[in-house]
Amino acid sequence: MQPFQFFTAADEAAAIDAAARAKFLAGGTTLVDLMKLHVERPPALVDINPLPLTAVTELADGGVRVGAMVRNSDMAGHELICDRYPMLSEAILAGASPQVRNMATAGGNLLQRTRCYYFRDTALPCNRREPGSGCGAIDGNNRIHAVLGGSEHCIATHPSDMCVALAALDAVVRVHGRRGERAVRVADFHLLPGDHPEREHTLESDELIVAVDIPAVPFAVRSTYVKVRDRASYAFALASAAVALDLHDGTIRQARVALGGIATKPWRAHEAEEVLTDGRAGAVLYRAAAEAALRGAVPRKHNAFKIELAKRTLVRALSRVGGLA
Amino acid sequence: MRTDSSTTVEAISAGKAFTVEVSAIVNGTPAHLHVDPRVTLLDALREHLHLTGSKKGCDHGQCGACTVLVDGRRVLSCLTLAATAGGKHVTTIEGLAEGSELHPMQQAFIDHDAFQCGYCTSGQIMSAIALLGEDCGPEDDDVRERMSGNICRCGAYPGIVAAVQAARGHR
Repeated sequence: MQPFQFFTAADEAAAIDAAARAKFLAGGTTLVDLMKLHVERPPALVDINPLPLTAVTELADGGVRVGAMVRNSDMAGHELICDRYPMLSEAILAGASPQVRNMATAGGNLLQRTRCYYFRDTALPCNRREPGSGCGAIDGNNRIHAVLGGSEHCIATHPSDMCVALAALDAVVRVHGRRGERAVRVADFHLLPGDHPEREHTLESDELIVAVDIPAVPFAVRSTYVKVRDRASYAFALASAAVALDLHDGTIRQARVALGGIATKPWRAHEAEEVLTDGRAGAVLYRAAAEAALRGAVPRKHNAFKIELAKRTLVRALSRVGGLA
Repeated sequence: MRTDSSTTVEAISAGKAFTVEVSAIVNGTPAHLHVDPRVTLLDALREHLHLTGSKKGCDHGQCGACTVLVDGRRVLSCLTLAATAGGKHVTTIEGLAEGSELHPMQQAFIDHDAFQCGYCTSGQIMSAIALLGEDCGPEDDDVRERMSGNICRCGAYPGIVAAVQAARGHR
């Protein structure tokens, strides 16, 4: 690790004031790891662990607010999350290990960095880590890389499971900065790599995530998260799907679908939702939705298998929630 | 260094806080450290407090050999900066036995042949003890899932699962 100054934030204002000259330290499961690899080299850290952002509360509209410092394990196990958004609880529990989930926070999970090998190895080129150095993955080893949302500069996948469920639920990130407070939809929070893969999100340098608001989605009580990976547990997704269905007498009135492990950001599949809406629940419809979700997929040398894998993962998730008529 | 809004930026500019003072309770005993903020909790335990039971495997949060309890919850000490442990209760493998009497989980690991080389064992045992207080289903597969953050290169997994099940009365 490069030497750095260490401060403990007495309050939110102190953290925000120092933000432009320091990095926030929450759970540390991404940041400390990347500092050891010299991928992250902050001159100073501001420890935000003492900030009182640890509540999970019910919102007036029936939604739920999760404080930015709520640990992943506490979020996944919270009654409000388990009861109203099973797919969110399942997604979090499908990620990492119990130790990591005890450390990692809701805010930190939103800012998780990619697991692309080229990003994590400073000896190799990576436009995300070192703009202009090139993308090692596009013509390199790209088995774990994205088939959706990539550009000629970057095809790194977004690693989070939690964010996939949040994308499906249209969650909103609440942010405090010097200019006050603002709210950003998860859909607008993460950026596609485009010409600037180093810009991963829309958070400004003086801003602190304080909470995630999950709106009321009554039909999300029927939802699930399916994750496919190289081993049974403690591995990042090769493909995953978060699905919620509003079912009435075998007809799907509304659907929420998001995919993970295959895209450069948590991937909301509106095309799949359109196919599902007003359709008869069943294998034929599910497959059609999966085809629609992956229509724009771009395979590379080693990751073409992900297209069919993602389709089958989505069909599995839809079958689990909607049944096989 | 705990700072309010006016002083943090000044302190950064002044080049302060390249060392930190930390006071924690380790295995019931107060411990005071004056360390470089780069020191992880794992290195503080091993190199500063000479508690070498917690092991450094991968040092990147992928193997679980460094697992300890902080305020009763299992965490990875290799990804925890010692500077953040102020005021916390840290429990390591050295803090489990009561005199010569082993913790029931330690005894279960011996009884069920749950290790070969032993390098991962302290992390396995710390994880297994934490598991007892978590929402873990009754089946062997539930234990495997809950123990997936602890890698055993010797492949002692059948014994580890048996030990955990025995210690929580499921066998």
